[in-house]
Amino acid sequence: MGLFDKLKRGLAKTREVLAGGLRRALFLGRALDESLLADLERALLAGDVGPRTTTALIDEVRAAWKAKRLQRSEDVEPFLRERITERLRSGGNALVRAASGPTVILVCGVNGSGKTTSIGKLTKFLKRDGARVVLGAADTFRAAAVEQLTIWSERNGVEIVKQAQGADPAAVAFDAVTAGKARGADYVVIDTAGRLHTQTNLMQELEKIRRVVKKAVPDAPHETLLVIDATNGQNAIRQAEQFHKAVTVTGIFVTKLDGTAKGGALVAVRDTIGVPVKFVGTGEQIDDIEVFDPAAFAAALFD
Amino acid sequence: MFDSLAQRFTRLFAGLGRSKLTPANIEDGVREVRTALLEADVGLDVVRGFVERVKEKAVGLTRLDGVAPADQFVKVVHDELVALLGGEETRIRWNDRGPTVFMMVGLQGTGKTTTCGKLALHLRRKEGKKPLLVAADVKRPAAIEQLKVIGRQVDVPVYAEEGGRPEKICARGVAKAIETGRDVVILDTAGRLHIDAELMDELEDVKGKTNPHEIWLVVDAQVGQDAVASAREFDRRLAVTGVVLSKTDGDARAGAALSIREVTGKPIRYVGTGEKLEQIEPFVPKRVAGRILGMGDVVGLVEKAQEVVDEASARETAEKMFRDAWTLDDFRLQLRQVREMSSKLGGLGGMLKHMPGMADLPEEVTGRMDDGQLVRWEAAIESMTPKERTDPVVLDGQRRARVARGSGTSVASVNELLKAFKLMRKQVKELKSKGILGRLAGRRMDKQKLKQIEDLKRRGIDLRNWFPES
Ligand SMILES: Nc1nc2c(ncn2[C@@H]2O[C@H](COP(=O)(O)OP(=O)(O)O)[C@@H](O)[C@H]2O)c(=O)[nH]1
Ligand SMILES: Nc1nc2c(ncn2[C@@H]2O[C@H](COP(=O)(O)OP(=O)(O)O)[C@@H](O)[C@H]2O)c(=O)[nH]1
Ligand SMILES: [Mg+2]
Ligand SMILES: [Mg+2]
Repeated sequence: MGLFDKLKRGLAKTREVLAGGLRRALFLGRALDESLLADLERALLAGDVGPRTTTALIDEVRAAWKAKRLQRSEDVEPFLRERITERLRSGGNALVRAASGPTVILVCGVNGSGKTTSIGKLTKFLKRDGARVVLGAADTFRAAAVEQLTIWSERNGVEIVKQAQGADPAAVAFDAVTAGKARGADYVVIDTAGRLHTQTNLMQELEKIRRVVKKAVPDAPHETLLVIDATNGQNAIRQAEQFHKAVTVTGIFVTKLDGTAKGGALVAVRDTIGVPVKFVGTGEQIDDIEVFDPAAFAAALFD
Repeated sequence: MFDSLAQRFTRLFAGLGRSKLTPANIEDGVREVRTALLEADVGLDVVRGFVERVKEKAVGLTRLDGVAPADQFVKVVHDELVALLGGEETRIRWNDRGPTVFMMVGLQGTGKTTTCGKLALHLRRKEGKKPLLVAADVKRPAAIEQLKVIGRQVDVPVYAEEGGRPEKICARGVAKAIETGRDVVILDTAGRLHIDAELMDELEDVKGKTNPHEIWLVVDAQVGQDAVASAREFDRRLAVTGVVLSKTDGDARAGAALSIREVTGKPIRYVGTGEKLEQIEPFVPKRVAGRILGMGDVVGLVEKAQEVVDEASARETAEKMFRDAWTLDDFRLQLRQVREMSSKLGGLGGMLKHMPGMADLPEEVTGRMDDGQLVRWEAAIESMTPKERTDPVVLDGQRRARVARGSGTSVASVNELLKAFKLMRKQVKELKSKGILGRLAGRRMDKQKLKQIEDLKRRGIDLRNWFPES
C-alpha cells in the first residue's frame, strides 16, 4: 500500500469517527452543563486517559465554558478534541534520519507489546521507496525470538544479523550496525528483548546496547522507538518514563489499536516525556501500520 | 504490582488519623479511593460500585464506640476489596477418566505461551503430572518453535503440526496424550482480539473438539479499561473457568484483576511473576487485598521462606525484621537468606513487596537492589567492626573508605547500604508506631485470619510476635 492509500485510509477512519452516532446522541439537544462534562469525563476515563489528565482536560473545558468561550454543547467535544490533538501534535511524526551512513533505529518496550511484529511492518514501510534495511536480532532471550524476526526478514526480503539464543545482545546490535555500515544500508533496525521497566539489570542491558551501538556509529541510535501496547492502561506512563530515562526515547510506536482499546494513556505519556507518537499498529499483518495522526486518534477517544 | 495502590491507601489512612469520620472526610477519603482505583486501571463501572458500597458502609459505622473510625474505614475498604477479589482459592477440576485438558486464551502478547510452559512445569513438579503441550498457534511467526523451545526447557513433550486447523491439531493432541499416557494436556492458542468474530469462532471450535476442563484467560497485569470488554467477550464465547494474571513482577497496579473478577465472576487462578518458567504462583485473594492496604503479604512470605530455609530460621528472619534493636549484623544474616529466597521471589525488590509496609520503601532503594548488590552489602558488613555493626552512626568517611577497601566494594556501595539500612529501620519503626498492622491483624481479627494464624502457629510460626498490639 502506498503512502497515499494509507493517508486515505487514515482519513476514512477519521470520517467514520466524525460520523459516530454516539457522539450525536451525546450532544444533540443537550444543555452545556455539569452532567455533560461528567459524560465527557467518563468517555476519557474509559479510553484510559487516566484520572489526572482527564481532570486537567475537563477543567480546561469548564474554564472555557465559564469564560463564555464555549457556549453550545455541540462545540464542547471538538474543543476537547482540539486540546488533545494539540498536545499530541508537537514534535511531528517524521523519522529522524542520519546525516550520513545508515539510520539506526533501536526498538524497545515491555514484554509482548509488539516490538518484533512492528519491526516487520516498519521494514516494509521503510522499503517503500527502495531503501535498504538490515535487521539486528538482539532479542537473544525469548524462546524463538530470533526465528520470529528471521521470518519477518524473509517476508521483507532483507538481511538479518543474528546469533544463537543466549548470545550477548549488545554484540549482536554492534554486528548489525557494523554490517549495515559495510553494506551501505539506509536503515539498521534493532529488535530487543521485552523487559519490564522495573527490571534494573535489564534496563542496564538496554543502556549497554545503546552505548555499544554508538561505538560503531557515534550519533546512533538516531531513533529509539518505544513500543507501547494500546491495551495498556496507566502503567504505560511508567513505562515511558523509565525507558526514556534509560535510553532517551525519540518516538513511540503504539500497537494494537485495531482492537477496542483507545490508548488514551498516550496523552499523559506525551505530557510526561514530551516524545511524539510516530507510528500506529493496526493488526498483525505486514501492512497494518500507519503514520500517527493526532486528530484521528483524539477523535477516536470519543467513539 | 499493587504497591502503588498500597502506598496511596497507607498514606490516606495515616492522614485520617484517629479523627472522627464525618460525611466531609468520608467524601475526601472516598474521592482518594476512586482516583487510586482509576489510576490502578480498575474498570470505571467497577470503581463506581465499589465506591458506593464503601461510602454506605463507612457512614453507617460512625456510631460504633470504642473503635477509631479511621480504622473502621480501613477495614471497610479492606473487606470490600477482599469481597471483590473473590472468596476462597479454587481447585483445578481434575478429570479422573482421562487427561485433564487446559486451554489458554487471550489477547495478543499477554503471555499465553509462557504461561503454558509455566503451568506444565508447575503441574509436573508440584502435582507429579505428566503434561503434554499442544502448539495450536499456527498464526504468529515462530510460535510453534517458541513452544518447542519452552517444552525442552521444562522437560515436557510438545505436540505440533506444520500447519492446519487449530481445532484439528488440538483434537489430535488430546488423542496423542491418551495414546502416550500423558495425564494433562495444555493447549496454546494464538492471541486474538475479542472483536475478531472469525478467530473467536475458531476458539469455540477448539473447545468443541477437545472439551477442556479448564479454559483460562491470560490477562496482562498492565491492561487498562479495555480489560472489561475483552474479558466479558472471551467469557461469553467460551465460558472461561479461570484467569491468569501475567507480568505482575512489574509495577502495574493490576486493577484490571479486580474488574475482571467482578465482571466475569471467574476466579484468578495464578499470577505470573517473571519471564522464567518457574515464575508462577497461585493467586490468593486475601493476600492481594492485604497488599493493597500496605499490610504486605506476610503469609506469602512465610510460605516462600519455608521452601528455601527451614521453618525455624524463617521465623527468626521475620522476628528479626520486626525486632526493635535491629543491627547490621541481623541485616547481614537476612541478606544471606534473602539472597537464597530472592530467586524464588523475583529478586530482592520482589521480596520486599511481600513485606509489610515495605511497599513504601522509596523506589530509589528497591529499584536498584539486585543480588549482586546483596553480595556487596554482605561483604561490606563483614568488613565492619562489631561496634560499627551495632552502631552504624560511628561510620564516618574514613571508616567507610576502610570498609570499602576491605570488602573490595566502593564507598558509594557502602553509603547505599547504610542508607537502605537506615530507611528500612525507620520504616519498620513507623509501622510499629502506626500500629496499622496490629490493629488489622491483632485485636479485631476476623475468624478467618485467626484460623490462618493458628495454622501458622502449628507450623511453628507465631505471627503475633511480629505485630505489636496497639
Ligand atoms: N491486533 C494486533 N496485534 C499485534 C499488533 N502488533 C503486534 N501484535 C501481536 O502481538 C503479539 C506480540 O507481538 P510481538 O511482536 O511478538 O511482541 P514483542 O514481544 O514485543 O516482540 C503477537 O501475537 C503479534 O501478532 C497490532 O498492531 N495489532
Ligand atoms: N516479566 C514478565 N514477562 C512475562 C510474563 N509472562 C510472559 N512474559 C513475557 O511476555 C512476552 C509475551 O509472552 P508470550 O508467552 O509469547 O505471549 P503470548 O503471545 O500470549 O503467547 C514474552 O516476552 C514473555 O517472556 C511474566 O509473568 N512476567
Ligand atoms: Mg519480540
Ligand atoms: Mg503465544
